[in-house]
Order: sequence, then C-alpha cells, then structure tokens
Amino acid sequence: MTPHENLDPLLIGGQAFASRLLVGTGKYKDFAETRAAVEASGSQIITVAIRRTNIGQNPNEPSLLDAIPPSKYTLLPNTAGCYTADDAVRTLRLARELLDGHTLVKLEVLGDPKTLYPNVVETIAAAKTLVKDGFKVMVYTSDDPIIAKQLEEIGCVAVMPLASLIGSGMGILNPWNLQIIIENAKVPVVVDAGVGTASDAAIAMELGCDAVLMNTAIATAGDPVLMASAMKKAVEAGREAWRAGRMPKKLYSASPSSPTTGMIGKA
Amino acid sequence: MALFLLFNHGFNVPALISLTINGDCRQFETPLTCAGVIAALGLTGKRVALECNGEIIPRSALDAHTLADGDRIEIVVAVGGG
Repeated sequence: MTPHENLDPLLIGGQAFASRLLVGTGKYKDFAETRAAVEASGSQIITVAIRRTNIGQNPNEPSLLDAIPPSKYTLLPNTAGCYTADDAVRTLRLARELLDGHTLVKLEVLGDPKTLYPNVVETIAAAKTLVKDGFKVMVYTSDDPIIAKQLEEIGCVAVMPLASLIGSGMGILNPWNLQIIIENAKVPVVVDAGVGTASDAAIAMELGCDAVLMNTAIATAGDPVLMASAMKKAVEAGREAWRAGRMPKKLYSASPSSPTTGMIGKA
Repeated sequence: MALFLLFNHGFNVPALISLTINGDCRQFETPLTCAGVIAALGLTGKRVALECNGEIIPRSALDAHTLADGDRIEIVVAVGGG
C-alpha cells in the first residue's frame, strides 16, 4: 500500500477500503487460481454467489470460503441469476444468515438471460425492501443517470452502472452517461460489468469513478493472475491520474516542452 | 407370531417423513430437526444457511426446529460468482 492510497480510501457504507478494485470469483479453473488472482488483484471486496449446496452427491467438494475466507476479505454476496425483486431479496436474506449477519451486498436483478441487462423496475423494488431491512446495498444498474439517482435516494450505499454488458469485455460504451452519473452522485459510483482489459479500468477511474468491479476480464484472460495484477495497477493509475487532473486536450501545442532559447548555431 | 411381528413393526420402526431438499425429494426418520438434516447430509460444520418453507432458520435455532412431512428445505452455500 502506498501513502497515496492511505490518504485516499474508498468509503462504502461507513467502511474504508484501500483498494478500489472489486473482483468476482466466478469462471476460474479452480479455487487455487481464484485465490491467486484475488491476491494479485489486491482487492478487499470480493463478490460471491449464493447457490444450493450439493446434498451428498459430492461430499468432499471444496468450499470457496476456504480459499477466500470471510476473516480476510469483505465478501459481497450477489443476486446473480435473479429475475425478480422477491428472488433477490430472498437470496440476500439467506446470504446474511450464511455470513453471520453481514449486510453489505450486491443487488442485481436481471431482465433477460441473453443480455443480462438489468431490470431496473425490479431492482428499485428490491432495493427499497433491502434498505428498509437494514442491508447496505451496492446496486448494479444500467447507465441511466435518473435511475442511478433514484437508487441513491432510496438509500443504496453505492451505485454500480454497467460499462457494457456483463461478461462482454466491450469496455466503456457510454462515458458521457457515466460522467453524468458521477457528477450527480453523493455515494460511490462503481463501474460494474463490461471491462475487458486494463485500459478500460483506467479509463473508468480517469472519468472519476470511485471503483471498478470485474470478474470475467480477469478470470477468462490467458493468464488470470497476471491480468489481476494489471487491473490493480490500472485502477491505481487511473485513480491517480484523475486526482492529479489531466491537461486539457489541444489540437496543437503552442508550448514546446524544451526551452526555446539557447539553441546552438544561432547568431 | 405373524401378528406379533406386525404389531411390533408398527410400534418400533420410526415413522418416515418426506422432505424436499434443494428440489430433491428424500425420506427421513422422525423425529428430525434442521440440525439433524444437516448432519444426515454430511454438512455439519460447513458454512451453510437453511430455509424451511420460505423462512430462514437461524443457526441458533437449527437444533430446536423440528421438521414435518412435506417441508420444503433450501440449503445454500457461497460459490464463485461476479
């Protein structure tokens, strides 16, 4: 951890995090690879899904939480695969019981299995119930600035617009909408979904996003552990560039970087 | 003798109940608690959460909650996901 990061923590739901990269645990070859990638990413908030356990079909199945222990990481249970507010709420109540009363969660309610585009109507309904029920809700949503603001007003602790479709690796398709969301938001804005490679993550952070959440870009890279390390650096670089403030873009430069005086061979 | 066996059978063999666990129908001997089901499935000591007929049974109540014929149980764990 550098001194810069210490001075610039990510604050979510009253908790401070040094890392602004959040990663998922799906699509890895095995738990050893999951653990190595998570470690290389430097992430502190790690998403997990909630699913039926095997009931004796596979008694010695290893547990994800042995690889990613809740004592070491802030687990972020998600509602992946839920298409209704009721299913999402039910899933997160089970997650809270599973994780000993843990309330920081990722809400996502999908609208369509082909695109996995969020159903914002069901998302808003679920967010209202969960916030009332004491959950700290980080909410996956479209890049619609009005919906993002409504989710914030409901009491979500972070809004998480997509850069592009889940698992698509298409990068940031609408930086302008993200900028409007960031400008209006009083809670952290986390770009969730669509990041494909390190430059996408850096661009998200340079736009002023507070963090980036990704899974597929790391897990399905040729070398997931190396990509996790690249993403860590990209998020840090993008954040520092945003904090530093970029120079304005100019078609021509009227000010060379080197001195205009003292040139040799002049009279 | 046959009558005695029949009589004996009726009194000594525990009653069976059917439970739907994670969508799968299974039979168990009574009396049975949630903790008993978890043990019967080899899940004791594993981090799971259990729902019975749509209601979460907190870990502290698993020993006391008795199950009845037809109960629908969901038992979940954390798995890899984004």
